[in-house]
Amino acid sequence: MYLIPSLIMFGCGVYGFITRKNMIAILISLELMLNSVDINFVVFNRFLYPEQLDGMFFALFAIAIAAAETAVAIAIIINVYRVAKKVDISEITKLKF
Amino acid sequence: MDSVGNLIIYAIAAIAIIAFSILAVTTKKILRSATYLLFTLLATAVIYFQMDYEFLGAVQIAVYAGGIVVLFVFAIMLTHKPGKDAEPLSSHKKWLGVSAAFAGAAVCAGALFSYGKFCCAKLLPDSGFDIKEIGSALLDTDKFGYLLPFEAISILLLACIIGGVVIARRR
Repeated sequence: MYLIPSLIMFGCGVYGFITRKNMIAILISLELMLNSVDINFVVFNRFLYPEQLDGMFFALFAIAIAAAETAVAIAIIINVYRVAKKVDISEITKLKF
Repeated sequence: MDSVGNLIIYAIAAIAIIAFSILAVTTKKILRSATYLLFTLLATAVIYFQMDYEFLGAVQIAVYAGGIVVLFVFAIMLTHKPGKDAEPLSSHKKWLGVSAAFAGAAVCAGALFSYGKFCCAKLLPDSGFDIKEIGSALLDTDKFGYLLPFEAISILLLACIIGGVVIARRR
């Protein structure tokens, strides 16, 4: 029963990832998807193997990797904004300015 | 899921997760989207606390709600004029997003409800681990030790710091 909100959260993340045009909004949708996967790891660990901690450690490392990935992505977005003055993916079509 | 209080807390957290994640991807203003993301992450931390993973819930609040959302807010403030709406979406792309999300969710929900007994499984009593056990498992090299991923994460964070500095430096 904990998997139902996680499933809806992942669906929202997929929807936002496809439909949003702003790069930061796409990153927010990505965070929703990562977070729902973390919930899944923890729930499967807690309900199936409550004597071990593997899922919890996997969620812990996933949180750390998500933080690192978000920091680098935001640095890239701010740098792109500094060069191109926009954060809209339908207007940023060149890799090199 | 034995007591009524647990059920009420679960219901509040689940409704908050569902409502705020839908709002986070449908709202027009980008700063509101980041705020709804914050509420979703806090409700997730409530679920971790309810499953007796207090350390994971604390990490979720400290890293996600305290770090990542603040990073998002900084980035939004640096790249947006305040009060500006998001661009309206084109219709075929919206349809594509809705269909992709519903197709994936339907497949997962079918798999989930085919194991119907798992949906309302009782929460087993946990083994009573504490922070000490987590710390010794993180720095252990035995079968259930996590020293290698721990060091790999530290190298990754170092690379992330260097990469962030190199990217953000003015040329």
